[in-house]
Amino acid sequence: MSNQASTVQEQTDHATALRSGLLSCTACGLLCAPSSQDNACRCPRCGARLNARKPNSIARTWAFLIAAYIMYIPANLMPIMETRSLFGEQNDTIMSGVVFLWLSGSWPLALLVFCASIFVPLLKLFSLTVLTISVQRKSTWHPHQRAKLYRFVDLIGRWSMLDIYVVTLLVALVQLKSFAAIQAGPGAMAFGAVVVLTLLSANSFDPRFIWDFVKTTDDRSNQTT
Amino acid sequence: MLSIVGSAVCFILQISYHRGQMSSKSTQAQTVATKGTYIACPECDFLQEEVVLPSRGVAICHRCGAELYHDTPYGLDRTLAFAICGLMLYCLANLFPLIGLELQGNRSTTTLFGAVQAIYNQKLQPVAVLVFLTTILVPGLELLCTIYVLLPLRIGKIVPGFRNVFRLVQAVHPWGMVEVFMLGILVSVVKLANFAGVVPGIALWSFVGLMLMIAAIGQSFNPRDLWVFIEHRR
Repeated sequence: MSNQASTVQEQTDHATALRSGLLSCTACGLLCAPSSQDNACRCPRCGARLNARKPNSIARTWAFLIAAYIMYIPANLMPIMETRSLFGEQNDTIMSGVVFLWLSGSWPLALLVFCASIFVPLLKLFSLTVLTISVQRKSTWHPHQRAKLYRFVDLIGRWSMLDIYVVTLLVALVQLKSFAAIQAGPGAMAFGAVVVLTLLSANSFDPRFIWDFVKTTDDRSNQTT
Repeated sequence: MLSIVGSAVCFILQISYHRGQMSSKSTQAQTVATKGTYIACPECDFLQEEVVLPSRGVAICHRCGAELYHDTPYGLDRTLAFAICGLMLYCLANLFPLIGLELQGNRSTTTLFGAVQAIYNQKLQPVAVLVFLTTILVPGLELLCTIYVLLPLRIGKIVPGFRNVFRLVQAVHPWGMVEVFMLGILVSVVKLANFAGVVPGIALWSFVGLMLMIAAIGQSFNPRDLWVFIEHRR
């Protein structure tokens, strides 16, 4: 470790690990100097594969993102729940589920489900698109804001799973033969795919790209903010 | 009832753990906390010198403001105690019925696995697999792996394959979604309460406890402590 530290101190104007020729382990955080130029370098402490940046990050992010955009359409148009009761049949999409909650008087919950199932997936899709395009264009535009956006997307993404769990529980519980039975619809599958694909997309995006084109002198001046 | 007993047992266990380990381990971790070594921010790759943190302090990246690492006193012991408690609650949460529904003498209850089965039988296997992974497999795996690594470590033994186990936990961690599932239960209860009586089961309370335990593990576990401790042992 000590000789690594000295190499860093010699190169204070190149303040990132990449520019100093070092790799930091994504699993355990150890900073290591790659022993050779080959790609199959492993972390000496935890054994994880070392990469300067996540491999094929941009391509993978786009692939998952585009797939998620496509699945978003059936997820919102197809019914996620089919209710059969004494009063007839009813097909619920995500939006009509929110409307039902709103009309039945529990508007805080309606708002919650709306946020988790409609607002958050859309926000994730758009945010990741903006982030990926900005990285591809080697933009230096507001890195702090973009880093915050990525952190936010990472934080709230999982909450879209809410509707999947609600459908699962309702399907299991509401099997009262003569009165009512709930079946899961094909929309649930598409919606699940959207959630998983956006999670994978956010996972493949490497936030370090946001900072790669920012010169160190720039962020010194931003430091006080 | 059982869950209350379970959490009480674990609380006592945790206290006794702390009594036993007041002196040595955490001070070690702090003195070893290496001055003069560098780390790169995981979110912006900025190189910076590690600092020794005060108790419960958090190190923030100088450039992008991401959290680099935090300090929890007796972090590993706390993690172990929470994980053991979490495992007990996990067993209860999976063995007992989650919620029941009552409508004019008809009653249906479901366990978590029952719910997964119900949706599996409706030709939505991918959804069933997704629910199974995020609420049953990943939380259980995480708890087991944590205990597998940390329990022998307390008597100074480093278990075989612990590097792989560590990486496994890191990889599956984002896919454990117990807290989202709790919110899902809440929403379904409100939806059902309009037309039928909802009976909360033992597993529901266990799930609340499990959620708290997993959150507590996330707060107290700091991978740096683990590596510092292990390097010190070697």
